[in-house]
Amino acid sequence: MSDVDVQDALGPSPDEAPRPRGPRDAGASIWRLAAHRLRRNPGALLGAAIVLVFVLVALFAPLLAPFGPTELPGRTEIRPTYIPGPSAEYLLGLDRYGGDLLSKLIWGARASLLVGVLSTLLGLVGGSLLGLVAGAFGGWVDTVTMRLVDLMLSVPSLLLAVSIAAVIGQSPTAVVVAIGVVQVPIFARLLRGTMLAQRGQDYVLAARSLGLSRRTVTMSHVLPNSVGPVIVQATLMLATAVIEAAALSFLGLGGGSPTTAEWGRMLTAAQNELEVAPRLALWPGACIAVTALGFTLFGEALREALDPKTRR
Amino acid sequence: MARLVLQRLALLVPTLVGLSILLFLWVRALPGGPATALLGERATPEAVERINQLYGFDKPLVEQYLTWVGQLLQGNFGTSTRTGVPVLEEFALRFPATIELTVLALVIAVGVGIPLGYVAARHQGRLLDHTTVVVSLLGVTVPVFFLAFLLKWLFAVQLGIFPSAGRQTPSMIATHPTGFYVLDGLVTREWDAAWDALAHLVLPALALGSIPLAIIARITRASVIEVQNADYVRTARAKGLGRPRLRRRVVLRNAMLPVSTTIGLQVGLLLSGAVLTETVFAFNGIGSFLAAAVFNLDYAVLQGFILFIAVVYALANLAVDVSYGLIDPRMRVR
Repeated sequence: MSDVDVQDALGPSPDEAPRPRGPRDAGASIWRLAAHRLRRNPGALLGAAIVLVFVLVALFAPLLAPFGPTELPGRTEIRPTYIPGPSAEYLLGLDRYGGDLLSKLIWGARASLLVGVLSTLLGLVGGSLLGLVAGAFGGWVDTVTMRLVDLMLSVPSLLLAVSIAAVIGQSPTAVVVAIGVVQVPIFARLLRGTMLAQRGQDYVLAARSLGLSRRTVTMSHVLPNSVGPVIVQATLMLATAVIEAAALSFLGLGGGSPTTAEWGRMLTAAQNELEVAPRLALWPGACIAVTALGFTLFGEALREALDPKTRR
Repeated sequence: MARLVLQRLALLVPTLVGLSILLFLWVRALPGGPATALLGERATPEAVERINQLYGFDKPLVEQYLTWVGQLLQGNFGTSTRTGVPVLEEFALRFPATIELTVLALVIAVGVGIPLGYVAARHQGRLLDHTTVVVSLLGVTVPVFFLAFLLKWLFAVQLGIFPSAGRQTPSMIATHPTGFYVLDGLVTREWDAAWDALAHLVLPALALGSIPLAIIARITRASVIEVQNADYVRTARAKGLGRPRLRRRVVLRNAMLPVSTTIGLQVGLLLSGAVLTETVFAFNGIGSFLAAAVFNLDYAVLQGFILFIAVVYALANLAVDVSYGLIDPRMRVR
């Protein structure tokens, strides 16, 4: 028997980097199993690649974009009936106001990422707090919290967005708050539901019988075991948030002028140019769709990886 | 069944009361105070005074709330600051357009989505199934207003098959007894007008129906797959139930429960989507009116729309609950 075989039988030594483990390996954590399944899922890889490109473009926008977000380098080349198309100087051509389309798409990625992440964070934190309170205390606290959540769910999202923008004004902040608030009840319900399901598990009973306090059991055992679905939901929510952000700015809730480098706003401006320059609508629209696709693919693969039973 | 409907209608009351309180607080929180919000920036002091008296905005809060609700119940929603026309009148004018659009979109979504999901499930794991999964994934991730753009550009601008904007060709001479243009054409036997109105509906309805279609197809597929592998289906097969009968009575019927929930949830989505599609197609419905109201912060219109959409939403959920009873006999007992 060679050394390697012995090593295998004993499991990886602590000094060595762990080998990729098969899903049947005993003792591997749920997250490790999930990572293993994710690596073997082409949809997950594609989704992750899209998300990665999107994030990198957003982060390095100042380096990547040939022009600034508000610059109008081709201002003098625009005619009422003619908008210059792709050229060596402007790779995707100009828009109605003389802005460089490629630069605006790149800066737009930054705007979308910011709104998407911030709003989902808002929904995640707010919803998880509500769900945690309801799931941890139960009883009347649970009832009151969940009725509140039901009420929030019964208000259509666009409506909430419009109301918020009406009160705090048309701005990117309004868009973030509007999208985030809509997500709160979704996260609250989800976390509460999974926590309730976990509370009935044997390991909780075991922990309680070992004399651990209710608080310790809830915070160190029930909660960590309940976050999986919440993380999946957050990934999927990022897709929705990117689309919603574009939709709300398309409607003008995000404020800003028609020259703002934001995908939804760019579509608003492109509306009138459909016959002259359809690419002004096609590019930002494709960016929104592909980004949303990336988050959706990755989120669904993550869901399957964490809970193979849901595989469809 | 009647009892269920009544029970649900009764539950609608607390929801609406809760919503009206929120809405009341919202109107009060608006910049410039409620009277200015309902009348616009350039309101004369007399007009502000009149509104304050009408809605009792100078009285104690509870009394204010009750007067305000009373006015709403009488259909007094204020006047659009943009058009100067009472909100209710504007709604009566535009409501039929949006209903026509959303109904056609829903018909497309359900009519295509359920068969698509069902066929995909029957061919699980094969090419047709994979195609359906990919198409429905795209349907969910392509924003509705972008799809509207694509359809408009391809079928209206490039190919010229369908009209690109509006509800009816402006030169069309047509009478409108109901405001539902397609229906009007049929009732008055102006066939060309009905056809023209329908042609104007096709592209917006396709765009609007795309997301619900994708979602319905996905849910149907997942649900049918789950049901067709269930023990009771095998039992029914073993007992000699023929395939067509099995599929219709056992598989499809059991698979429809989650699907009907989903369809109900889509109604809210459709109304939000209508705002976007109507804007792209310059379709003169409530949606494009609301979009304009958002731009101009036309609070009276927004307030009316919020109440309207909430009622529609609640009624849609009611319809879903009733459909449960129709699909699943067990639900009727409770």
